[in-house]
Amino acid sequence: MSSGDASQAVALLAGLELLTAVLLAWRGPASSPRGPLAVQGFALAGLVAVIGVAEGEPVLWLVALLVGVLKGVVLPTLVVRRPSRAAGPAAPPAADRPATVRPVVRPAVVRGRSRVPLLLGAAGLVVVAYLAARPVTRVVTGATGQALPVGFALVLVGFALLATGRRSQSQLVGFLVLDNGIATTAFLATGGVPLVVELGVSLDVLLVVLVLQVLGSRIDTAFGAGAPGGTDLDQLRELHD
Amino acid sequence: MSGEVAGEVRVVVAVVLQTVVVVVAAPFLVGVLRQVRARWEGRVGQGLLQPWRDLVKLARKEPLQASGSTVVAWVAPVVVLGSGLLLAALVPTVTTAGPARLPADLFVVVSVLLVGTVALGLLGLDAGSAFGGMGSSRHLTIAALVEPTVLLAVYALSVPVGSTALGPIVEGRLADPGRVVAPAGVLAVVALAIAVVAETARIPVDNPSTHLELTMVHEAMVLESSGRDLAAVELGSWLRLSVLLALVANLVVPWGVATAGDGGPGLPALALGVVAVVVKTAASGVVLATAEVFMAKLRLFRVPELLTGSFVLAFLAVTGSYVIG
Repeated sequence: MSSGDASQAVALLAGLELLTAVLLAWRGPASSPRGPLAVQGFALAGLVAVIGVAEGEPVLWLVALLVGVLKGVVLPTLVVRRPSRAAGPAAPPAADRPATVRPVVRPAVVRGRSRVPLLLGAAGLVVVAYLAARPVTRVVTGATGQALPVGFALVLVGFALLATGRRSQSQLVGFLVLDNGIATTAFLATGGVPLVVELGVSLDVLLVVLVLQVLGSRIDTAFGAGAPGGTDLDQLRELHD
Repeated sequence: MSGEVAGEVRVVVAVVLQTVVVVVAAPFLVGVLRQVRARWEGRVGQGLLQPWRDLVKLARKEPLQASGSTVVAWVAPVVVLGSGLLLAALVPTVTTAGPARLPADLFVVVSVLLVGTVALGLLGLDAGSAFGGMGSSRHLTIAALVEPTVLLAVYALSVPVGSTALGPIVEGRLADPGRVVAPAGVLAVVALAIAVVAETARIPVDNPSTHLELTMVHEAMVLESSGRDLAAVELGSWLRLSVLLALVANLVVPWGVATAGDGGPGLPALALGVVAVVVKTAASGVVLATAEVFMAKLRLFRVPELLTGSFVLAFLAVTGSYVIG
């Protein structure tokens, strides 16, 4: 693989990551984030593999495999998984519930806010990322430095998704985009991360997602909302007994 | 000197041929779209020739105009048809060659598009009927959201070429196929495709086969037209659809288009160009119609969201084309 091919592959995969981040921001409340997240994870794994080939480091192949399995398969599946209500000791029996708890009536159509501000904000953040990454791209040369702003952009868009998400699921999606951004920046800036470090980071992310999933399902069972993507923030505004 | 003149004559011949091909093929493309849709829905369909028959039938009839309609009612159809013909001549479909004095510049093309859009909007308003006004207002709302996307998307495509003319852009992609899969190019083409779908009033932005008063956009504007006027408006809209679809097809699959070369495209190249563009456009028409069958029309208030998305894609393409190529 020549350096020209490598830089083109890096550009393509980085572009794919950026595209999926925008798609995740664009996504309506009823559509699943699984596909774009998985594509983003695989693109990141591909990026690692390309860097591995370009730098001639076989260890990176292992890292790529790890990233691909974790971010392409495991995490997207975990995020969309709806914990079954029957399982888990958290669900209180119906008889124990005080009579004052009104059943939550959900609209048949999932009402979503307009995505326009978030989308335009994401576009602005990408520009900010390109500007902010300028000093770094001047230092990091070669095929990878060119695509480095994409990592920054992913971090910023991930933060935006995390901050504006109204349901636990969309906040988790934001967290994963943020993490993908950090990983992309790390791989592109340093030309590969040691296996031990990547293993540690990956396990951390997996643990966080698992904990947040459990927390989200607890909240769901406590407030009785079964809407796709978890309980809406609006339902958590006022005190329930 | 005589060689230059001969080259210019060849370019003019190529452009005229391109226009004629698009005019002849546009109703067929509409026929393909309707036929594919019919087959997917389990109907026999009306055949590929039906749009042509409709056009001929309408062109023979005398146009009736609503009382109170003004000069706009007979000027607007001509303008719509004229802008369609001009687009067919300017946009590289069969050949990327263009006369040097007639710039097939990005801004010219978008302005010609806009002239047609505005003429259609005025036509809808002219008779003063409620539906026409509704259709025009929606049409112009959508147009206002689409034009920036078209501009930005083509601008992103023009950055690696260094020219905003559409011909060199297509030629550049032909010369360097790596550009077709470059991320900025892909983003720009996706954005442009969404914009084209909105611009030509297809599902999910508008349903071309409905006369339901609450949802129609294009149909509402032409309700008051009849006879020759309706034929002109319809042909103008079909030309716009065919040209834009052929443009997207040429950007995605640039092979086969007749390049300008030295002294204008030769006859064999032009013949190949005609065949290639017919095949490509028909194929993209089949894809478009198939996608439409599996899609529902968006609520009007959701349309800005879709168009903002495509605008953001185009914007990212522009940003990205400077950084990641």
